[in-house]
Amino acid sequence: MAPIIEVRNLTKQFGKGAEMVTAVDSVSFAIEPGETVCLVGESGCGKSTTGRMVAGLLEATSGEVIFEGKNIKQLDSAAFRRYRQTVQIIHQDPYSSLNPTQTIRQIITAPLLRHNKVKGKSAAEARALELLEVVDLTPARDVIDKYPHQLSGGQRQRVAVARALTVDPKFIVADEAVSMVDVSIRVSILTMLARLKKEFDVTFLFITHDLALAKYFAWQGRITVMYLGRIVEDGPTQRLITDPRHPYTQALLSAVPEADPELAHHKREIELRDAEIPSLLALPRGCTFHPRCPYFVAGQCDVAVPPLEALPEGGRVACPVRMGERISLLV
Amino acid sequence: MASSNLDWQTDDKREHPAPLTLENVHVSYATRRGKVRAVRGVTVDLHAGESLALIGESGSGKSTLGLAIVRLLPETAEVVPGVITYRRDGREIDVLKLKPNEMREFRWSDCAMVFQAALNAFNPVLKVWAQALDTAKAHGWSDKDAVRKRLVELLEFVQLDPKRVIDAYPHELSGGMRQRVLLALSLLLNPQVLILDEPTTALDIITQRTIIKLLRELKEDQHFTMIFISHDLAIAAELADRVATMYAGRIVELGTSEDIFYRPRHPYTLGLIRAVPTVSGGFEQLFSIPGSPPDLVELPPGCKFHPRCAFASERCKQEEPELVEVGPNHTAACWNWVQVEDELKRNPLHRGALNVLDTAVVSEEIA
Repeated sequence: MAPIIEVRNLTKQFGKGAEMVTAVDSVSFAIEPGETVCLVGESGCGKSTTGRMVAGLLEATSGEVIFEGKNIKQLDSAAFRRYRQTVQIIHQDPYSSLNPTQTIRQIITAPLLRHNKVKGKSAAEARALELLEVVDLTPARDVIDKYPHQLSGGQRQRVAVARALTVDPKFIVADEAVSMVDVSIRVSILTMLARLKKEFDVTFLFITHDLALAKYFAWQGRITVMYLGRIVEDGPTQRLITDPRHPYTQALLSAVPEADPELAHHKREIELRDAEIPSLLALPRGCTFHPRCPYFVAGQCDVAVPPLEALPEGGRVACPVRMGERISLLV
Repeated sequence: MASSNLDWQTDDKREHPAPLTLENVHVSYATRRGKVRAVRGVTVDLHAGESLALIGESGSGKSTLGLAIVRLLPETAEVVPGVITYRRDGREIDVLKLKPNEMREFRWSDCAMVFQAALNAFNPVLKVWAQALDTAKAHGWSDKDAVRKRLVELLEFVQLDPKRVIDAYPHELSGGMRQRVLLALSLLLNPQVLILDEPTTALDIITQRTIIKLLRELKEDQHFTMIFISHDLAIAAELADRVATMYAGRIVELGTSEDIFYRPRHPYTLGLIRAVPTVSGGFEQLFSIPGSPPDLVELPPGCKFHPRCAFASERCKQEEPELVEVGPNHTAACWNWVQVEDELKRNPLHRGALNVLDTAVVSEEIA
């Protein structure tokens, strides 16, 4: 199948001169319709910047975002509008992404009317109520005339999803969409998103720092791991979680605190050579993980950036030294 | 690690009486809407050398309880009724009756609180060294060289390079370094009890692991008595000997870490555990808890969890249950805990491990 979204050598730099940082460095991946892809990594790895470029909120310094086979920079205005509607983004913070002076009715009906999705106010209201039901804000009539501050964090995030759905998107970038929601409610939002996947054929790029959530949400999909602006490993979730090959993926998975005492006490300890992450202003040469990597090979890792190479078990790994080696994450 | 030559209490404190006892502690905040009843009758003994995790969602009262112990609550809060007793070396102190100067003494040298390492936990215009010296002086310790020696030891213990850190301003340090500096500062005056509020929240995963390893060392090698306050169940699983689940201002379940994670008897604890995925565990079906936490000004009658509870019966709507024994050293406040036990017999909580080298694991789908 042709990918719905593809990025090729996507690069984003901020600032200039000595202050310039490369937040995203030559990132390439393709996402097919119906797939669920999680972009994971620690703060500063470039996952959100990548998501914003995919959604068209941020222009790439170089490289391409390809939507349904065409570079978004070369789309005519009608096609560009279609792209902007088809690809939507849900932000992390439902406290700042909704206009506090508007009711939920205004928040949802404005895009419906603006994009001629419905004709007239009553049709817009009917559709708004329908969308609120879709995101499990029931009964929708009790919610529609409220202001964002009258809703809980979880409810606000549902409103943000309903607003994204007004323009019939086929691709949603969910950037830390449940990170600010209480744990007891997170799962219900993920389940709701998973339902959209099925009922509305929405393809998800789910951006998170939480590997356990990524595993749960993309169990049938793929995970892409970023470190300091580059993809270091990707692959089918079940392979990546159980058989990670890149030393950074291994370090990350072994470091995740586990909400289960038995697992917590049987995790392999991976000792890094340096506990601190390098600054984006002074990135190490070669593989950017080399100053911390326990498998560092002098003269190799600190010279050239290792390319992402395909793994027979699925996915890609940017570590020629370790890509053939398996380790167990539990001991 | 340099912990072995650190000179702090090395006697086996597990023989000692409980350093901290809370009896029927209530905390409420005065607001325009009325009284917010943040903590409602918490009674718990903190054993010497143990680490106790207080878990619960926002609004459960866990942070308020931590602040009440070191009396750092805002002025709108009152702690009535309630008794907090602190014991050390045969002394017994009624914490809520301490005068301000005695309280200052107690706060750092007996019971230290470690906050989430946001920048505002520091004075932004003081270097790390000056913050430490200020603290030491405020507690009548003015021998600069001795303070410096102690600070260097502690910074080494938390795996920081003292030369790099001691003359740094807080903003020059990364989040993980700040959390470790806070930990070192909290140990400066040799406290007996540490209260850690969200010690790893907002830190990157690999940094979280460094902090967890340090805290484990404090617990296992130095036998510090610690209270962890967190919304993150993983912190409890990684670090706690005992876990207390809090809901709407009360402890609703208290037991050993294993009992809480594998044999919970309160539906809220069960709900929390079933809502949180693991990375290395087998694929689990997760469930969220319906509804949202109660309004602390207008609490529902009966059990405060009943509007969200799948096990709720008529009685739950009328009478609020007290903690009752549900097993050895295990209490829960639920009228229907036996049904929870039955439910767990049908659907046990042990998730097992994902078979690490076998990717042909069962494929199930969420939702």
